Amino acid sequence: MSSYPDDRLYSKSHEWIRVEGETATIGITDHAQKELGDVVFVELPDLGEIFDEGQEFGTIESVKAVSELFLPVAGEIVEVNKTLVDEPNAVNEDPHGDGWLVQVKVSSDGALDGLMNAAAYEKFVEEEAKA
Amino acid sequence: MSDHGNLTNPAPDAARLDRRRGASSIFDASRPGRRGVLLPPLDVPGADPEALFGALHRTEVEGEVEASEVDAVRHFTRLSQKNLSIDANLYPLGSCTMKHNPRINEEIARLAGFADVHPYTPGHLSQGALELMARLEAALIALTGFARVTLQPSAGANGELAGCLMIRAAHVKAGAPRKYVLVPDSAHGTNPASAHFAGYQVKELASTPRGTLDPAELEKMMTDEVAAVMITVPNTLGVFEENILEVTRIVHAKGGYVYLDGANFNAFVGKIRPADMGVDVMHMNLHKTFSTPHGGGGPGAGPVGVGAALVPFLPVPTIEPEGTGFRLDFDRPDSIGRMRTFYGNFGVLVRALTYILSYGQEIGEVAENAVLNANYLRKKLAPFYHLKYDAPSYHEVVFDDTLQAAKGVHNIDVAKRLMDYGFHPPTMSFPLIVHGALMIEPTESEPIEELDAFADAMIAIAREAEESPELVTSAPHVTPVGRVDEALLAREASKPGNFAPVLRAPVRRS
Amino acid sequence: MRYIPSSPAEQAALLREVGVASVDDLFATVPREVFRKDPPPLAPPMSEIELRRELGAMAAKNAAATCFASFLGAGLYAHHSPAFVSQLLLRGEFLTSYTPYQPEVSQGTLTAIWEFQSHVALLTGMDVANASVYEGASALVEAVLMAERLTKKRTRIVVSKTIHPEYLTTLRTYLANLGLEIVEVPAGEDGVTNPAALAAAVDDETIAVAVQSPNVFGLVEDWSVAAEAAHAKGALAIGVVNEMFSLALLKPPGAAGIDIACGEAASFGLPASFGGPLVGFLACRDGFKRQIPGRLAGRLETPEGPVFALTLSTREQHIRREKATSNICTNQGLFALAATMTLTALGKHGLRETALLCLSKSEYLKAGIGKLGNGKFAVAFPGATFNEFALRCGPPVDEVLSALEKAQILGGVPFARLAPGSGEHEDLLLVATTERIRREDLDRFLDVLKGF
Repeated sequence: MSSYPDDRLYSKSHEWIRVEGETATIGITDHAQKELGDVVFVELPDLGEIFDEGQEFGTIESVKAVSELFLPVAGEIVEVNKTLVDEPNAVNEDPHGDGWLVQVKVSSDGALDGLMNAAAYEKFVEEEAKA
Repeated sequence: MSDHGNLTNPAPDAARLDRRRGASSIFDASRPGRRGVLLPPLDVPGADPEALFGALHRTEVEGEVEASEVDAVRHFTRLSQKNLSIDANLYPLGSCTMKHNPRINEEIARLAGFADVHPYTPGHLSQGALELMARLEAALIALTGFARVTLQPSAGANGELAGCLMIRAAHVKAGAPRKYVLVPDSAHGTNPASAHFAGYQVKELASTPRGTLDPAELEKMMTDEVAAVMITVPNTLGVFEENILEVTRIVHAKGGYVYLDGANFNAFVGKIRPADMGVDVMHMNLHKTFSTPHGGGGPGAGPVGVGAALVPFLPVPTIEPEGTGFRLDFDRPDSIGRMRTFYGNFGVLVRALTYILSYGQEIGEVAENAVLNANYLRKKLAPFYHLKYDAPSYHEVVFDDTLQAAKGVHNIDVAKRLMDYGFHPPTMSFPLIVHGALMIEPTESEPIEELDAFADAMIAIAREAEESPELVTSAPHVTPVGRVDEALLAREASKPGNFAPVLRAPVRRS
Repeated sequence: MRYIPSSPAEQAALLREVGVASVDDLFATVPREVFRKDPPPLAPPMSEIELRRELGAMAAKNAAATCFASFLGAGLYAHHSPAFVSQLLLRGEFLTSYTPYQPEVSQGTLTAIWEFQSHVALLTGMDVANASVYEGASALVEAVLMAERLTKKRTRIVVSKTIHPEYLTTLRTYLANLGLEIVEVPAGEDGVTNPAALAAAVDDETIAVAVQSPNVFGLVEDWSVAAEAAHAKGALAIGVVNEMFSLALLKPPGAAGIDIACGEAASFGLPASFGGPLVGFLACRDGFKRQIPGRLAGRLETPEGPVFALTLSTREQHIRREKATSNICTNQGLFALAATMTLTALGKHGLRETALLCLSKSEYLKAGIGKLGNGKFAVAFPGATFNEFALRCGPPVDEVLSALEKAQILGGVPFARLAPGSGEHEDLLLVATTERIRREDLDRFLDVLKGF
């Protein structure tokens, strides 16, 4: 049984994306938060900023590492998870839920190419570990 | 803390509390009305700052300390007792070359004729200071084979930047600055940062499975858009670039410069002159190879040696002979300018020259014994710790935590547990190509019995990781403070307002 | 060799353990054509007796200068340091430890860094200060680069030309390849930054406005001039201080709208040491702390008491590499500690009293110059100064210095020495006083000038 929810898709850079209508919610995966360790700071974009697919939209930091965050789909930022300012460890505690990062309004030509479903992502993580 | 005996039981609380005495800051200990300095009486009419400065007058530095000399001496002495140091302990911090700091160096640097000379003293009254700098430059030239050495950069990274700026200036003079600097994936973090601040884009060179540079890969990436390649010899894995001559040939063939990060000069000082390998620029960390004290994080000094092609671009001033003495030369039209005020970390330069003169022509023994000691530790520890790259080691050896990770023990845990045995941990933050790195550099300063004691501690920890991993993962147990929650601190410090007014993070809310 | 513990027999034993026949075998992967069999061309090893003689002779060549009454300043002021400071600095636990990356075995260094940061924050009136940077000029560079990151996509730096010329040269060197333009605003006739000229130089492309106080002529500048000029166009204001004792008597940059304070803290008892090592500082408002470069110590309250550790490390090169806030790694640890110890001993009262001594002696000298009556010397600018002023000399500056030297006085720094080849202000001599100067030195100084 997969530990990754089936209601969303996953990227090779370990973000998840859940699309509901025109809006998509984005976060990092449980695997990514474990690799990163205790999250101490999340730098998120301003509302209204527009990004291309695969573009860096922020960074996430643990004590001794920084990871860039990449947007799996092109779109405009319509919401950021403000609770992460005070509680960045929500990313560790509930990466697929309360630890979400941003919501975007998906661009009209926004495609979800190259993303994986839960099972494929789980396999991808296993293979990455072996390499 | 230097007790290597039975450490399976954490020390009793009383002992720990004792070590914590005076733990809080001098600001917490400040008492109104106390004073630590008596000044001479005012022997001229007292000026009235209120009248002179008007609205800009400040009447008090609020919050400043009030303490007696006794308070100050005791506070700082107690603080010192909470540090590990080379004087007391083997300090195998890879890439930092934590060697013995001879005290004669300190004595010489404190001579009034060096310590009390203002940098704007007229030349005829500061000939000794200029001579010292000229002598050090000559000694470093003898050890490196370069045409000139600038002593100005304040530390290694500052030297890297100076080197990159000189390379850029030379390319500009020849037509165009070029675009890229190539940096191996095993490099120190300062290398890409320095290249970036010189205006270059950084491209990473992948290491071979042996942990060295791949000439074929370099050949592919080395275009006439590449300004320089920054290499480290031996590299951060402690492995010598066997193909170094081919590497420098490839770079030169495309008109690029070879920058050598001299952080690991201790592995070959007196044995190899970098200029002979085709290196064009190299900085030297005097606080590593030449034993000037690390001082809890500085000061360092990062002189940079250059080949003839880069001499016109050296920072100003240079020191030139004049008659029977020396002068400062500012008239160098192609110079990159200045890296700082004045002429460099002169006090550090005094210590380094003293050290070099102490060894003189026998300085090669430093490299020999540094490499020998590292190899001895490698031999003793190899059965217990995983070695990702098994090419011959020079001054340091990089193990990792693969064997211990199976039990949930990571490099940070091994490091913290080492403190219980009285040793400073090895370096863990790089090389980035070794996950869970334990980078060990014993230096030439360690006698066989200290090496054995360190190896015994590492082996005991490997055993503990097998048998009682929680003892390791909860370490340290007998240090002045237990494992610090750095994540909590970083999280709190990141929040708005939590550094003001004196920089603190609040008590954890449960 | 005395710094290598292993005896030849022990080295042989180690070689056997390692499994090689000779030391040279350890270097087997070095290409033979570059591996040197012969020792380097240096003299034979020296004993301590010889070192004292050899290096002592060099030091002796400078010794005369240390016996003079010194009025040298121009960015580096040799104040008194309590005797215990240099002695405690020799404690091996401070001297021979490394950067406190491991807080459990470095609480001593970390607590001292935190105290240094706190002193700097209090003196400058800023919220956050870092663990120190190399020295004053590179501190200005770091402040400018920090402002560039904070303002994003702007391209110009406005600097007052009353900043120390070596600071400005250093800034030009660092910024040469980063696509940033430096706009220099000349001083007014009165030697102080002209508010209108400064405001006129600032536009929507301006990253920051930098001024120094006391400025290179020793004149007190009003921080709020720079702050207002900068903030009017959304730029940041940078305040440079290289005589920290001035902050005991002058409104700090943080209280006058300055966003980033930087400069040199060597005044707190560091030996002049021919110009280094010094101790640069950098401080800023709380909102900018994630962009401050260099090491930062933080304090965590725990049930067992406060604990200190380096924090917000992801800003730094060892983690962020080419995207780091700076390439800085080594800082000035031991000398930041020296400044901290000196500040502790001085305390709130000693700071102010020292500053008043410096100020009073400078004012006495200025007043004496005004009364010389030979028409050959004048205080160059009318504005308020702290402990340094520019002396305008009728006779060539070199001749004035020679005459003072004959009276055992190092009379000051010719402005020309700060900016060689610029041809600016060649008739100005910068004269600084500290608490170490006595009235008789001042009177002797005036007597020499009277003789022209």
